[in-house]
Amino acid sequence: MNEISITQILFVSTALFFIGMYGLFTRRNMITMLMAIELILNSVNINFVAFNKYLYPDKLDGVFFAIFVITIAAAEAALAIAIIINLYRSHQSIDVEDANELKY
Amino acid sequence: MSHYSYIVFIPLFPLFSFLILGLFGRKYIKIYSGTIGVVSLLISALLSVYTAYQYFFIFGKANGVFQHIIAVKYVWLQFSPGVSIDMGILLDPISVMMIVIVSFISLMVHIFSLGYMRGEERFATYYAFLSLFTFSMLGLVLSSNIFQIYMFWELVGISSFLLIGYFFESPSAVAASKKAFIVTRFADLGFLIGILILAFYSRTLDFGSLIEKFTSVQSPEFIQITSATFLGVSMLTWGLVLVFIGGAGKSAMFPLHIWLPDAMEGPTPVSALIHAATMVVAGVFLVARLFPVFSIDLTALQIVAWVGSFSALFAAVIACTQTDIKRVLAFSTISQIGFMMFSLGVSKYGGENGLGFTGSMFHLFTHAFFKSLLFLGAGAVIHFAHSNEIKDLGGLRKLMPVTHICFLIACLAISGIPPFSGFFSKEDILLAAFHSNKLIYGIALLTSALTAFYMFRLYYSIFWNKKISIHETPHGEATVSMKLPLIILSACTVLAGFAPISSWVTSDGAPLKSHLDISFSALPVLMGATGIFLATYLYKTQNSRPQTIASVLGSLYRGTYKKFYIDEVYLFITKKIIFNGIGRPAAWIDKNIVDGFMNLLANTTAKISALIKGIQSGKVQNYTLYFFGGIVGLALLFIYVFK
Repeated sequence: MNEISITQILFVSTALFFIGMYGLFTRRNMITMLMAIELILNSVNINFVAFNKYLYPDKLDGVFFAIFVITIAAAEAALAIAIIINLYRSHQSIDVEDANELKY
Repeated sequence: MSHYSYIVFIPLFPLFSFLILGLFGRKYIKIYSGTIGVVSLLISALLSVYTAYQYFFIFGKANGVFQHIIAVKYVWLQFSPGVSIDMGILLDPISVMMIVIVSFISLMVHIFSLGYMRGEERFATYYAFLSLFTFSMLGLVLSSNIFQIYMFWELVGISSFLLIGYFFESPSAVAASKKAFIVTRFADLGFLIGILILAFYSRTLDFGSLIEKFTSVQSPEFIQITSATFLGVSMLTWGLVLVFIGGAGKSAMFPLHIWLPDAMEGPTPVSALIHAATMVVAGVFLVARLFPVFSIDLTALQIVAWVGSFSALFAAVIACTQTDIKRVLAFSTISQIGFMMFSLGVSKYGGENGLGFTGSMFHLFTHAFFKSLLFLGAGAVIHFAHSNEIKDLGGLRKLMPVTHICFLIACLAISGIPPFSGFFSKEDILLAAFHSNKLIYGIALLTSALTAFYMFRLYYSIFWNKKISIHETPHGEATVSMKLPLIILSACTVLAGFAPISSWVTSDGAPLKSHLDISFSALPVLMGATGIFLATYLYKTQNSRPQTIASVLGSLYRGTYKKFYIDEVYLFITKKIIFNGIGRPAAWIDKNIVDGFMNLLANTTAKISALIKGIQSGKVQNYTLYFFGGIVGLALLFIYVFK
């Protein structure tokens, strides 16, 4: 069985990052945008784990960082959903285009 | 000198009273505001009298000469070592005399106002302003340096403005207060430039060292200021004349006198305090304060003498034709201040030659009493009859016996009839003028006769002449609080002439012996008596003689009645020449060029911001795009540029 090289893993994580970015820019629904942000975070996680595995196999720092990011992501999701609920209460919508009062 | 340090409380008590009444008077302590004002002034007056006692009888003299004592000194603004503006208290015979006059007359006016102003809506405000004025005036006369005197000078100006405009519902009072403020401010411009010139050459603001430097002929400062010239006149003369312009504005000397008659729009007790007894003599005080320097510069002294004597005669002539009793008194004030001014102008420094200086200060002293008495008497008449036009008044001597007697005493005093106070002070002035300048002496004699004439014209028109029907007023002649100051001031008017001012207040501090010479006094008294006799003949009973004389004089009478059209000349100069020649072009430049430039800046900014404001769209995804765009940009920058 061939070893999976780091280039392939980085390719996956980069693809995941840009998919998330695309979703963040194009979707108007805030829940979908939240999901896109999760994709971006997970692509970072893959990088952490991959670099840990291939560059410093005897250390665990990258893995811990990945776990740390997952925790933060959970907290961030809770916050984001609270914001979304509040937005829905005030605007009867979760479309970001409807909440554009804060401008010039 | 530690036994004088309590003097700071003389001006501070009125200041406290002003602060308390100004902050809390209208809402909380309205009914007590009169009492607070009177009590604080009473303390000040007692302290002033005690100071005078201490100064003149116990500590003031050294080697038979009254000393200049710096009682309190405090560095207020330190610019650099050696250059500072101080706050201090200077005691010398004139400042001690002035604090007694100011606090005493102010106390009388405070008491009188208890009755006169009763029931006014802004009673507490009135007392607050009155206290502010008293504080400023006391600070002015006690000032130890020329910059401090300038600050208090402006403070008395503002309190005079506030009090003239006290009845601010009446447009004429507002106009009068503005006029007074603008005219005196205009004169103060001269004062300020004068201060700057004197301070620049002497490198000091302190009166003591300034006088010392400019009176010793060898000092480098003196040589420098006299050798520097501008338009062919030495800078010393310029400085002194400019300072005198400030004094002439405050003291209503011709041609800056136009504000004083209009200032009579204020409440009558205010006229008695500010526009008769105290503030208007500030100009005289200023010249007296700098007198050692003035006495060196003969040109400046000549200007003082001629402006003073011309104003004395000019105002006396106008006073003969005015029909408003307060305006007659206002012109009489101008005339009497003219006396004080030219008396300083004909005086010299030191010894027997300083008689004019002593006479001027003596007249200031006696004038304060009889002129405030006249104004307070006029106030009582106005309070009783509700009119200040001569045609509405007459035959009041039975209805107002106390006021009548007091007014008569004051009229006799101002006419220079012995043994009333005005006689003694006028004697000194006339004697000084006689020895120095015969023409001024002649003007002064003529003015004395005119003074007696217009004062008795006023007296007869109010208290004799026709009978007027006055509907019964509930308060009778006047309240006790109004009669009491009248009686006290009458007593002072009778007795003030016997005060040995000539042994206290002299140009160099050394006592001067009194000069009463019967043969010299005969002529002025005769002139005064002639004036009184003429007024009796014309005005004691109602007759047609005054009208006949007026119609014979024709346009001369009308010109005098219109105050020689000085006001109209000023209006012409300001409205037609200054407004059209300077005001309108300046307004055009302001509107089109200055504002235009500012509008250009504002419009350009507005256009640019309209162009770029689309960036702040309020859409979250745009911001995300900028954010990532920024990251990409920075990444490219660090990868390719700053490798």
